[in-house]
Amino acid sequence: MNILRSLGKRLPGPRWGVISVPYVWLLLFFAIPFLIVLKISFAKLAIAMPPYTPILEYIDEALTLKLNLGNYTALFTDSQYIQAYLSSIKIAAISTFLALLVAYPIAYVIARLPPSSRNIAMMLVVLPSWTSFLIRVYAWIGILKNNGLLNNLLMKIGIIDEPLQILYTPLAAYIGIVYCYLPFMVLPLYTNLVKHDNRLLEAAYDLGAKPWKAFFTITLPLSKAGIIAGCMLVMIPAVGEFVIPELLGGPDTLMIGRVLWGEFFNNRDWPAASAVAIVMLILLLVPILIFNRVQQRELEGRLT
Amino acid sequence: MAAEQGNGGKDAGQGGKANPQEYLRIVDVRKEFDGFVAVDDTNLTIRKGEIFALLGGSGSGKSTLLRCLAGFEKPSSGKIYLDGQLLNDLPPYERPLNMMFQSYALFPHMTVEQNIAFGLKQDGLSKDAIRKRVEEMLALVQLGKLAKRKPHQLSGGQQQRVALARSLAKGPKLLLLDEPMGALDKKLRSQMQLELVSIIEKSGVTCVMVTHDQEEAMTMATRIALMDQGWIRQVGTPDEIYEQPTSRFAAEFIGSVNLIEGVVEEDEADYVTIRSPQLPDPIYIGHGISGFEGQEVGFAVRPEKLGIGKQEPEQPHNKAKGVIEDIAYFGSHSVYHVRLPSGYKFMANFANVQRWASEGLTWNDEVWVWWGDNDGVVLTS
Amino acid sequence: MSRVGQRTVNWVVLGLGFAFLYVPVFILMVYSFNESRLATVWSGFSFKWYGELFRDEKMLRAAWISIKVAFWTASAAVVLGTMAALVMTRMRRFPGKTLFGALITAPLVMPEVIIGLSILLMFVSLGQFIGFKPGGILSIWIAHVTFTLAFVTVVVSSRLSELDKSLEEAAMDLGANRIKVFFLITLPIIAPALVSGWLLAFTLSLDDVVIASFVAGPSSTTLPIEVFSSVRRGLSPKINALATLMILVVSVAAFLGWWFMYREEKRRQRDVQLALQENG
Repeated sequence: MNILRSLGKRLPGPRWGVISVPYVWLLLFFAIPFLIVLKISFAKLAIAMPPYTPILEYIDEALTLKLNLGNYTALFTDSQYIQAYLSSIKIAAISTFLALLVAYPIAYVIARLPPSSRNIAMMLVVLPSWTSFLIRVYAWIGILKNNGLLNNLLMKIGIIDEPLQILYTPLAAYIGIVYCYLPFMVLPLYTNLVKHDNRLLEAAYDLGAKPWKAFFTITLPLSKAGIIAGCMLVMIPAVGEFVIPELLGGPDTLMIGRVLWGEFFNNRDWPAASAVAIVMLILLLVPILIFNRVQQRELEGRLT
Repeated sequence: MAAEQGNGGKDAGQGGKANPQEYLRIVDVRKEFDGFVAVDDTNLTIRKGEIFALLGGSGSGKSTLLRCLAGFEKPSSGKIYLDGQLLNDLPPYERPLNMMFQSYALFPHMTVEQNIAFGLKQDGLSKDAIRKRVEEMLALVQLGKLAKRKPHQLSGGQQQRVALARSLAKGPKLLLLDEPMGALDKKLRSQMQLELVSIIEKSGVTCVMVTHDQEEAMTMATRIALMDQGWIRQVGTPDEIYEQPTSRFAAEFIGSVNLIEGVVEEDEADYVTIRSPQLPDPIYIGHGISGFEGQEVGFAVRPEKLGIGKQEPEQPHNKAKGVIEDIAYFGSHSVYHVRLPSGYKFMANFANVQRWASEGLTWNDEVWVWWGDNDGVVLTS
Repeated sequence: MSRVGQRTVNWVVLGLGFAFLYVPVFILMVYSFNESRLATVWSGFSFKWYGELFRDEKMLRAAWISIKVAFWTASAAVVLGTMAALVMTRMRRFPGKTLFGALITAPLVMPEVIIGLSILLMFVSLGQFIGFKPGGILSIWIAHVTFTLAFVTVVVSSRLSELDKSLEEAAMDLGANRIKVFFLITLPIIAPALVSGWLLAFTLSLDDVVIASFVAGPSSTTLPIEVFSSVRRGLSPKINALATLMILVVSVAAFLGWWFMYREEKRRQRDVQLALQENG
């Protein structure tokens, strides 16, 4: 007790300590690294350790700044890169939409359950995400293979004669993304829906609205904040996904996360990987800022 | 069992003892939030040992003022002195006062004993001294048997007592109460009001309480400050404020009142008449007022001061005839709403002193209401 | 919609939803006991894949490293995340708070490849300046703390903003300065949220493959990295066995956690009832 009291008197305001420790950490290991990525995106590939050329050099008593724009021109001229970006956005968008379609009914039903059941149900929804996500993706490989469980089952029942090619196609990636990110979509939807006042709906019914109409005119608009939060939480990371398209998608499941990985690990081209990352960041900047604003308000305890 | 009028071992600070008539001085205190003025240039002097109530509706500034006293808000300007010591720059944990919160704010992870002992521990008292003091406090609020319980194992009334004991444990110079009865149900309230006052008087501590409930203020406080939109409208004892309100606001805020607007017709040294469109004859006031002819004034007379009956009273002034439009029956008394030809409705109280009394007055009866020459108050603001 | 109709819809939706979530996992577990190597043809019950798993030195070493890293990551993330939560919920505006808020929320959605790449490049630059050698356990730990602390902040902030402010004010009123208030009052009350945050950070760290791939060196391969390279080569029932073990551990832990909370809640309700009946 006495130590705490004397500590309280001696520190230059504990407030600044509490602020600066996480602040410095995040600046150092989250923010500044982005600047470094930016810097290296202007470098050239080199057979060296580290495998890139320095930008700022002191040669012949002159400070030269060499900004290599080659990485960026490659991105904008090579159709493969452009396709990869577009494809990533498309796949992420479709997956997000599908996830919303699956998650909304689940969140809605759980929100209307009595309070004791609600908590158990939500726990069961969140529980799978506590197990390894890698392993859950792996589970789908066995199911979606050509001679996998799904195809075997369908053929046994007689619905199809030949196995459906699902694995190694974009469809498998959709399924994978929806499966892994589902809890991230259900949670914000649920948090929002559970706060809805049931009496609003009762009032609507009383005034003559049919259930579907009441849903579309009252429940859906009120859950807008939850929908946006959920979509952001799924779509933004999905754009940069690597593991799911790599394991479940095929050669035509072109995603920018795989491109970055390939540049870094296969080509050992760090500058190119950096350029890919920078352009990805720019693409995602607006959605990230939107999410940021919504999330900050949540954190501070104000209801959106 | 008077608690020590000390501050439990902390530095007394500069200033020393002040005049007991000016124990707590609030000087020109003003609090603004982003341009909104919550408390507007307030001045108050509170005497040692009294129970002082800040009474007002929501937005009146009373809670903000209380929080300024406690140290949770910093006044935008002005000074606060307690027992001669300037409080302004002291953080809450260095002020020789304690507060009982509306929600009690009992620490849920600590027992009753530990809750009460918390403040004493912060002062570094010895284990024995703490134990002794906690026992004293438990005895004071009569909760000795529940010492080892946790807050969620207590009823609302018990929780309140623990909160009170905790805030008195350090023998503070000033006790702040934030809506003390707010969390209790009605039945418990009346009983606890008297008990609370008894405990506070026993401990001898000076007390400032905040409430929106006029009944609470009237019952518990020795003096009341009526607040409205950041201003203090009137300060006085409960009967002063009730019988001699100095403004329409004060008259209407406390209890019920019949308020009539009129113009001063005759202004003499020993009597005044007021003519009002709502009454057929002028109102006769049996004393002079510091007004003048032609001035617009309000006239307030409380319902219990009115007489009501079917026969016209003999007095020359201050009577009116009307029809009983509504009767509100409260068991102990009835309130008759009498509509005059002008449209104005008088409220007249009638105590049901005898069983089945009320003189057979019923709806649509024609009755007279009357009052004495000095039963009402003239209001100029 | 009728009551019965409503309830059927509820059951159907929940049934399909939970089936979708749990059937793949269940299948995984079942096939870990499959005699045959072909993970899709059942040929008999066997424990042999578990045996193989425990004989795989590389896996075991990687698992140990992962657990160590996850433990220290969670512990550091809880401390930093709680600090950040305090800043977001309890402190008024200060210059730089908006940037801080952005730094706290961005990791929640930032694609892992970007985080991994950027931290590695940071380490390499640091290596040039101060002789820091990237690739060890320390590197992984730093990277993991960085991305998990945002999640801890969310969990702790949510609890902190629900906390009745008057509890902290009462403590200050009774003589405790801000530091004491935090350790004596706030911390004990929000402790369950800190535990949740710790578990969340632990899981996230244990599960991470992308960031670890960028940052780890050959001597510090983590379990997910091993699993990933194994899976890329094809299905292996050993992985099923590993998966089953992990799922069992998580399920048991979750059940225990739920059971304790359930008992606490029941006991609390009983206490409140008793108090009401006594009506002192």
